[in-house]
Amino acid sequence: MKPAPFIYHDPQNLSEAVNLLATNENARVLAGGQSLMPMMNFRYVMPDHLIDLNKVSELSYIRVEGGTLKIGAMTRQRDIEFSSEIGKHCPLLHAALAHVGHRQTRNRGTLGGSLCHQDPSAELVNAAALLGATMHAVSRRGTRDIPFADFALAYMTTALESDELLSGITLTLSIKSMGYAFVEFARRHGDFAIVACSALLSLDAQGSIADASIALSGLNHAPTRPAAIEQALRGQPLEAATFKAAAAEAEKLDAGADAYVTSAYRQHLARVLTYRALEQAAARAKEIQHG
Amino acid sequence: MITQAHVKLTGFGASVKRKEDPALLRGEGQFIDDIHLPEMLHAAFVRSPYAHAKINGIDKTAALALPGVHAVLTHADLPQAARDNTLPLLVPHPAIKLVKLPYALAKDETCYAGEPVACVVADSRYIAEDAAQLVEVDYEPLPAVNDCRAALEEGAPLAHRDAESNIAARFPLKVGDADRAFTGAAHVFREKIYQHRGGPFFMECRGIVAEYDAHHDAYTLHVASQGPHRIKRSMMEVFGFGDHQIRVVTPDVGGGFGPKGSFYPEYIDVAAAAALLRRPVKWIEDRRENFLTTHQERDQYWDMEIAVDANAKIIGVRGQLIHETGAYVPWGIVLPWITATTVPGPYVVPNFKLDVISVFTNKIQTTPVRGAGRPEAVTTMERLMDRVARELKLDRAEVRRRNFIQPEQMPYKVGIIFRDGRPVTYDSGDYPACLAAALKTSDYDGFAQRQAAARAQGRYLGIGMANAVEATGLGPYESATVRVATSGKITIYTGATPQGQAHKTTLAQIASDQLGVDFNDIEVVTGDTSMNALGMGTFAARTAVNAGNSVHVAAIAVADKAKKIAAGMMECLEDDLELADGFVRLKSAPDVRKSLRDISVKAFGMPGFSMAGGLAPGLEHTAHFTPDQSAYSNGAHVAEVEVDIETGEVKILRYTVAHDCGRVINPMVVDGQVIGGVAHGVGNALYEQLMFDDNAQPLTTNFGEYLLPMATDVPRVDMVHLETPSPLNPLGVKGAGEGGTISAIGAIISAVENALEPFGVVISEAPITPQRIVALLGEHARGRTR
Amino acid sequence: MADTRKIAVNVNGTMRSATIETRMTLVDFLRHELKLTGTHVGCEHGVCGACTVLVNGNSARACLMLAVQCDGQEVATVESLATDKKLNVLQQAFQDNHGLQCGFCTPGMLMTLTEFLRDHPEPGEAQVRDVLSGNLCRCTGYQGIIDAALDAAKKMREAAP
Repeated sequence: MKPAPFIYHDPQNLSEAVNLLATNENARVLAGGQSLMPMMNFRYVMPDHLIDLNKVSELSYIRVEGGTLKIGAMTRQRDIEFSSEIGKHCPLLHAALAHVGHRQTRNRGTLGGSLCHQDPSAELVNAAALLGATMHAVSRRGTRDIPFADFALAYMTTALESDELLSGITLTLSIKSMGYAFVEFARRHGDFAIVACSALLSLDAQGSIADASIALSGLNHAPTRPAAIEQALRGQPLEAATFKAAAAEAEKLDAGADAYVTSAYRQHLARVLTYRALEQAAARAKEIQHG
Repeated sequence: MITQAHVKLTGFGASVKRKEDPALLRGEGQFIDDIHLPEMLHAAFVRSPYAHAKINGIDKTAALALPGVHAVLTHADLPQAARDNTLPLLVPHPAIKLVKLPYALAKDETCYAGEPVACVVADSRYIAEDAAQLVEVDYEPLPAVNDCRAALEEGAPLAHRDAESNIAARFPLKVGDADRAFTGAAHVFREKIYQHRGGPFFMECRGIVAEYDAHHDAYTLHVASQGPHRIKRSMMEVFGFGDHQIRVVTPDVGGGFGPKGSFYPEYIDVAAAAALLRRPVKWIEDRRENFLTTHQERDQYWDMEIAVDANAKIIGVRGQLIHETGAYVPWGIVLPWITATTVPGPYVVPNFKLDVISVFTNKIQTTPVRGAGRPEAVTTMERLMDRVARELKLDRAEVRRRNFIQPEQMPYKVGIIFRDGRPVTYDSGDYPACLAAALKTSDYDGFAQRQAAARAQGRYLGIGMANAVEATGLGPYESATVRVATSGKITIYTGATPQGQAHKTTLAQIASDQLGVDFNDIEVVTGDTSMNALGMGTFAARTAVNAGNSVHVAAIAVADKAKKIAAGMMECLEDDLELADGFVRLKSAPDVRKSLRDISVKAFGMPGFSMAGGLAPGLEHTAHFTPDQSAYSNGAHVAEVEVDIETGEVKILRYTVAHDCGRVINPMVVDGQVIGGVAHGVGNALYEQLMFDDNAQPLTTNFGEYLLPMATDVPRVDMVHLETPSPLNPLGVKGAGEGGTISAIGAIISAVENALEPFGVVISEAPITPQRIVALLGEHARGRTR
Repeated sequence: MADTRKIAVNVNGTMRSATIETRMTLVDFLRHELKLTGTHVGCEHGVCGACTVLVNGNSARACLMLAVQCDGQEVATVESLATDKKLNVLQQAFQDNHGLQCGFCTPGMLMTLTEFLRDHPEPGEAQVRDVLSGNLCRCTGYQGIIDAALDAAKKMREAAP
């Protein structure tokens, strides 16, 4: 299990990196390496050129700017995990990261690496879907912003062109006033979830649901934002019957099957986890409302 | 025979710290991949991508053209003997209907995905893998069979194209007259149980470094194994080598759990490559290869019936066991035989009948993995016992108590023949006391309250138990030489070959009692065929009994010899002497003494001075303790679990083991063996699955998909030791290496079923996964979301 | 033909230079170029943790890094723990608590815990289990390892001024 030969490039800055990406055929971008390196060791991926972004320090940042949170693609999961800014402005990311891999993999793994690898049950992918992240793509041709909903194209496939890389993401900080939850079911601690559900809830003055966001991942090639369920939650009281109704709808979402997990079990988990996520998010939303 | 009275218990029985640890902790262990030899080359294998295929041709031109490549071996390139001979059958038996064993490299048919087809040797492993991708093999895929039940059906694909059927072996086991016993029984219950395969998944993969000495036409093979002597034997059988032509050495081994004790085709290939190229060649199995080619275990389908009387006493057990052997039968029927003979366990089963069928499929072969067929048997029997309890509305412990063999019935003849050819005769043990101890420690009596309190909160707790009797310490023997060098240093040489079991500590402890030195002053050298002519190795929980008693016997002989020689030197009687602190001294005047060094020099002899008529030279003795039959360990496990009925997740809250492996050499080491074994059982009960598609293509080939239990999955284990000495060997010991695993699956499954009792869930499979639990719960799994 | 680079890595306090193929993993560099064989290879896909080393003080899977990425960086391996053959507190705790059997996963366990105990001097059992979830062991059932970690933490606290 040794990687096939490649030519290694370690650009020192972003412009060098995008130039290399534009000029080399069959090139892959190496971020934290926690997904790409195993695939190269297995020779499932055999790039001719490996463009290592680890020296491109301009891609590593966590910044609160106005009402937004900007995180660089090469920001390590560890740095997000230990960032008090993130804890203050987007605790959901901490909740998601609590399920991601292990100490050693979070030390190296990056935000951008996980989002570009786009494993359908990756926690950070789910969080990006829930938070409606804006994905910043950069290439020699320029930059463009891609809404997350358009970013995940297919199984482990993103909307990035072959000469583009992800430079970072932007999240809007209205989420700060919302109750959040990130729940998942994985076989073991740190495994990719079989199904994960995250939720954001805000309340109106009467204590009913003003706005709701839900992201379910693991069901299919990319996380789902079930618009109908989100819509139906608005105006509903914070009570079990509300969560049950949403959970019952979640079970009806399409789900794929593989050698280990049936679609029926995934759908069942969608039901159970939607209920749990809403329940948790509701409890937090109440806390926020009651100061 | 040496009597019990001979045994002194000083070093023996103490939880001394392990001698092995400091080097391993400093990173100074010497594992197979740590061996770097000058001029060494590296091998990689081309393996069949198909579970079953015919090979029409191999083109190695492109691979050979790659710079850094030294050779590409195919079947046609092997030495004649290795072309003619398959790997040997390790344990022949007349019940084997069809002996199928692989060639060192596939000749013209591959019978499982991963079977080696070509061996590429290059300057580095990186280049070898590059070249392996360039070897072009013309495969013609053949129909493959992926399941042993399916393999028995009419018209099933044949695992071997020239076979008449997929049946490898079939044999009956009988005690009494089961069919007559079933007629008129008060109650008969039938259970169908499936147990899924898992693997050893030692952390260190397999590996070999082969050196060839052209001058002497001799090989030195360094192999990560569980016993180099059997590898040497197999190599000699394949190649026809003389004894002097092959030395096999096993360095530190990173876990074995059974399958590192098997003989594998790569060993032949790498040795052949080293001879061809006249350079050392290393092959280290990578983890993908490990998933494809290291032997696995446990695929079994059981269809069983139990007959009990009105008081829940067993009248008979009968049924059929379909055992999957996979593509080949390297160990013959060892595995199904152990399974079958383990079924009655600690219970009185007056009538027993089992039809055992061992079946070929196009999957990697199954050979003993920790527990070696016993976990399956115990799980099956314990499922039957739980069934009886449920049907007759009795407490599960009570049903066991009514059926236990009582201590006063020892030695107890079960009535069947074990794989060692001897009648299964339990030598000793107190099974009721063992379960009682486990129940007490686990607060079984208080469980109903805990369960009720949890249910009031919508939580589902369950408790389960499993009892087992385990044949340990199987023969034929193990070698041990105890030698006092002329420097006074003491070394033990043994064919026992540890993979983490602390032989270097425990064997030294045993000898230290006899030799009057600290165990730290005794070196133990294991796993080198040049040091012991004979040996078997470490597997089947056999080392404490076999090697332990060989060391004990040899150490006594050395001590006696030292006294004899010293008596001559000191002009006194042997009986007046004792060994202490590295000296033989007068009991009455300890200052009057001779050092073991001086005695050894005397025993070595001097040039020109005859030793005729005296003792055999050398202050040393070699023993091959041969147990008369297996010594039977026993244990009772109690698991307490919580099941999340909505996700199906199982958490083990509490785990208790009461264990009796006779006299304990080092309690700390035994605890470690048992607790580690439980963790393995937790994997088999809840996590570990090896999936194959319809074409027998392995789908589980990495640790992301194969779920080994992690630190967050394994419970703390509360241990209770019972010590019923075995009367069968001087030390009174029994084996301890597998008991942890054997009962764990049954206990955990029983607990899960108990937790789900309100929903009428019955579990007849292992592992039991959250997905299956949810499926079995049906609507109930909606829980709070309903 | 092969893509090579000359690198200089501070390994256990000593600068080590070598010209290597850029595709060589860090763990192969340590083991086969530097002959520091204490770091073990268990899976080469980043799950088992046997190859755990510290890179600039943080634990990392050495099978998921290229050696070339460590040019100019600091790498610490299990060989750095003992002083003149004397086991450090954590290593000694492993021996005292039977935290190893075959010893193959042990170097990775030690390096994971070296980082962990540095950052968490007063851990509870649940935290220890959590951090050890990145290191697989097939022999011990983890109990001895967990006990060793807790024991070492206690002794380190006692020794601290």
